[in-house]
Amino acid sequence: MGQPTKLMIVDDSSIIRKLIQNYLNEYNIEIVGEAGDGKSAVELFKQLRPDIVTMDIVMPEMDGLSVIDEIRKIDSSIKIMVVTALSDKSTGIEAIKRGAKSYVIKPFTPDKLKHAFSKLLQ
Amino acid sequence: MRESDLHFFIDSTLNYFEEVTREKAQTGIPYLKSVDPVVLDYTGIIGISGKRKGSIYITASHKMLEYLAQIILKQSYVSNTDIKDLIGEIANTISGNVRQAYGSDFMISVPVVVEGHAKDITMPDDFQAFVIPITWKSYQSFLVVCLE
Repeated sequence: MGQPTKLMIVDDSSIIRKLIQNYLNEYNIEIVGEAGDGKSAVELFKQLRPDIVTMDIVMPEMDGLSVIDEIRKIDSSIKIMVVTALSDKSTGIEAIKRGAKSYVIKPFTPDKLKHAFSKLLQ
Repeated sequence: MRESDLHFFIDSTLNYFEEVTREKAQTGIPYLKSVDPVVLDYTGIIGISGKRKGSIYITASHKMLEYLAQIILKQSYVSNTDIKDLIGEIANTISGNVRQAYGSDFMISVPVVVEGHAKDITMPDDFQAFVIPITWKSYQSFLVVCLE
């Protein structure tokens, strides 16, 4: 087994952060950090430099789309999986335009999340 | 507010319970909220702005949220913080999912959570508020939708 993939989880819900961690624990990953708001996410990203970030959109301080912009200025190759309740097409398209690689709509099943995450690892 | 608005919220609520618990919830007949309070132990409130204005909230008992959190997290002990977080996340998910119908101009706030039996949750005076009773297993909760 090689080096674990460094994952950072960004969501203002602690339940969702735990759930993402639980569902993805079968992968060779290390959860390097968690953030509950947009500004903290950017600061934490600078320090931790994860390989993959899961990103909520509706959050206090700074929304997830703005966070994507900020962290892609720091690392344009960062893999971002958006995990959000916003189910409209245009937000999904906007997230992909800004550099997200996949988009998972809450509520999600383990299979739905794992499927999106596996594609991100490829 | 149109009848179709209520349908979007009902569908979103039923989808939440089915996806998360694999058990269907039932919704009762919606009714116009009167002066009588509709508040249980925990309430998650979302403000709506943009193309539509108003707010929605979901209110549920401690027992229901505790059981739901146990199922979601697959653990027997869940903290009060988890329970409070969960009601906010349910409100966020239900209101975020209706954007499939309304589009991105239907802006939702981050959730505000009220713990304990408030006197009532005040909704915008100018708009009618509808109460949608929700039954999941033996637990009852209420979704209140107030849109212009």
